[in-house]
Amino acid sequence: MYHYDEYDHALVKDRVAQFRRQVERRMSGELSEEQFRPLRLMNGLYLQLHAYMLRVAIPYGTLDARQLRKLAFIARRYDKGYGHFTTRQNIQYNWPKLEETPDILAELAEVEMHAIQTSGNCIRNTTSDQYAGAAADEIEDPRIWCEIVRQWSTLHPEFSFLPRKFKIAITGSENDRAAVRVHDIGLIMKRGDQGEVGFEVLVGGGLGRTPFLGKTIRPWLPKQDLLPYLEAILRTYNLLGRRDNKYKARIKVTVHEIGTEEFTRLVETEWEAIKDSSLKLPQEEADRIAAHFEPPPFRMLEATAKAEEERIDKDSAFSSWVRHNTVAHKAPGYAIANISLKPVGLPPGDATADQMDLIADLAEEFSFGEIRVTHAQNLVLPHVERERLPELYDRLAAAGLGTANVGLLSDIICCPGLDYCALANARSIPIATQLSERFADQGRLDLIGEMQIKISGCINACGHHHVGHIGILGVDRKGVEHYQIQLGGSAGEDASLGKILGRGFSANEVIDVVDNLVEVYLEEREDNELFIDTYRRIGQGPFKEKVYGAA
Amino acid sequence: MGQVVIASRLSDGRVVFLREAAEPGHAEWVLGLTDAEVAMADSRASALLAIGEADASEHQSVIDLYLIDVTEEGGQLRPTKNREAIRCFGPTIKWSPNEPSGSLPIEEN
Repeated sequence: MYHYDEYDHALVKDRVAQFRRQVERRMSGELSEEQFRPLRLMNGLYLQLHAYMLRVAIPYGTLDARQLRKLAFIARRYDKGYGHFTTRQNIQYNWPKLEETPDILAELAEVEMHAIQTSGNCIRNTTSDQYAGAAADEIEDPRIWCEIVRQWSTLHPEFSFLPRKFKIAITGSENDRAAVRVHDIGLIMKRGDQGEVGFEVLVGGGLGRTPFLGKTIRPWLPKQDLLPYLEAILRTYNLLGRRDNKYKARIKVTVHEIGTEEFTRLVETEWEAIKDSSLKLPQEEADRIAAHFEPPPFRMLEATAKAEEERIDKDSAFSSWVRHNTVAHKAPGYAIANISLKPVGLPPGDATADQMDLIADLAEEFSFGEIRVTHAQNLVLPHVERERLPELYDRLAAAGLGTANVGLLSDIICCPGLDYCALANARSIPIATQLSERFADQGRLDLIGEMQIKISGCINACGHHHVGHIGILGVDRKGVEHYQIQLGGSAGEDASLGKILGRGFSANEVIDVVDNLVEVYLEEREDNELFIDTYRRIGQGPFKEKVYGAA
Repeated sequence: MGQVVIASRLSDGRVVFLREAAEPGHAEWVLGLTDAEVAMADSRASALLAIGEADASEHQSVIDLYLIDVTEEGGQLRPTKNREAIRCFGPTIKWSPNEPSGSLPIEEN
């Protein structure tokens, strides 16, 4: 993985020192809250319902064991013993003190981490496929380009005050595990006519109150042209993006208002002017970054592993875990192992300090010290020998980390909602935990199969409800929490936005409603159809009828 | 029933409530709603808010002050709005290995 050079170290250390002084000036009254607020937000520090919240960037979701141990240490020493992994591959601490935040940032800087650009109207953490560098279906490791984008976008002077926040995601495979179609810019690695690798460029995707799927503005872009092209998109947006209305300021609205064709024309014109500028990456620089992402020294192994197969035959819990939580690896005899952070009855995406320490140990013992964070709020050990999967599973299960539900109904994406968030209108975590309890039976989960439920506690859609097979949106109706259901969303390569089913439900009703929707699917599905496929075939009618009764 | 001044403590972001200190016109910030002063009249609520605001700007004690409505249920003070109840009593879920969950079960809505 990438390691900081002297510039990165100096930049992050300087920023910590600067923020320490800013906090001192705030505490003494030299800075007013109005003056200080944008400064703390630039360092990822929000004020939520109960306390401050610190959002720490995990660039493209890649961590090493030393970094994860530091995150655990911070959770224990400065917070309340846990952290929350988010849909943008960050970690959030829910209880840091303002006066201790400079110390937290100094601790993070020691392990090449920070909270810069995790808030504000700038280019945020570039996210990626959690299986990068390991997936069998990958064209090339997208993290090389994520890192190049990170370096280009960090403290970029022209793009520090954009009309609104800006999110980029890159996937190295046509199987989209990074939700690139709902990002401001989505990049999909693709082969050109001659087999050379480049990017399909999508612009203007996003969720929130006005969801859009990204539009392709360039079917294929050579890799070395990436930075000038991104610069051209950002410049076009920076000029045209609306600053008069916060709710219309994202690039998705810009593209929608002026049209994809015109937006593309403007970007291409700008690109022509800067195409061969110093932004065009010299090959040796690309090679220098790529060298950081050399694959670990995999052993030559048989594709199948005896210990794994024997255990599968006699242990159904292990068999379920292998089936749902492990994924094909590009190296024979290896697997990608997902660690579900969605145990029954607990908040999605939370991990305790002890669990983080354990996962750091396991990463060193089983996965060349590497850990990944997924946008679905789980963790991954990317390079595990299949022969050792039984041992890994036992260690995880003993710590409450063996839930075999990745990609299944209880693998719910969920925002913090009204339990923490100052913007939320309704709670989302209790809906997620109650659903996980209702669908706790492994046999039933297996029977239902691949299924995505996504829950947001307000219209800002941090819980991605627009792209859930079943999306749940919490609203406030005269002081009472209410939940709207959407069906038919998807965040993958077949991306689509869900449609509202009808009137909303109370918190007590919504669990039964989901159960009923699942029952309709089980009655109607043909062969091995997934929920989303059945929905696309039969439409809303049968689901509506079951939930609301015949019209 | 009445109103209480709620705020976030600057140093650590914790939720605090106002009561007038022994020295009249001065603010004291307390962690528990039960220790807060409940203003029964609008005029007293405005006066409390003014005391809080003066303290915030003079001593950098708190930020984001505002008044919330509270009521008494079974001898216990409770904000009338869900959002404020969650602020007072903490997250309603099993949220930390070290802490109990808050006291607002979702069934109550």
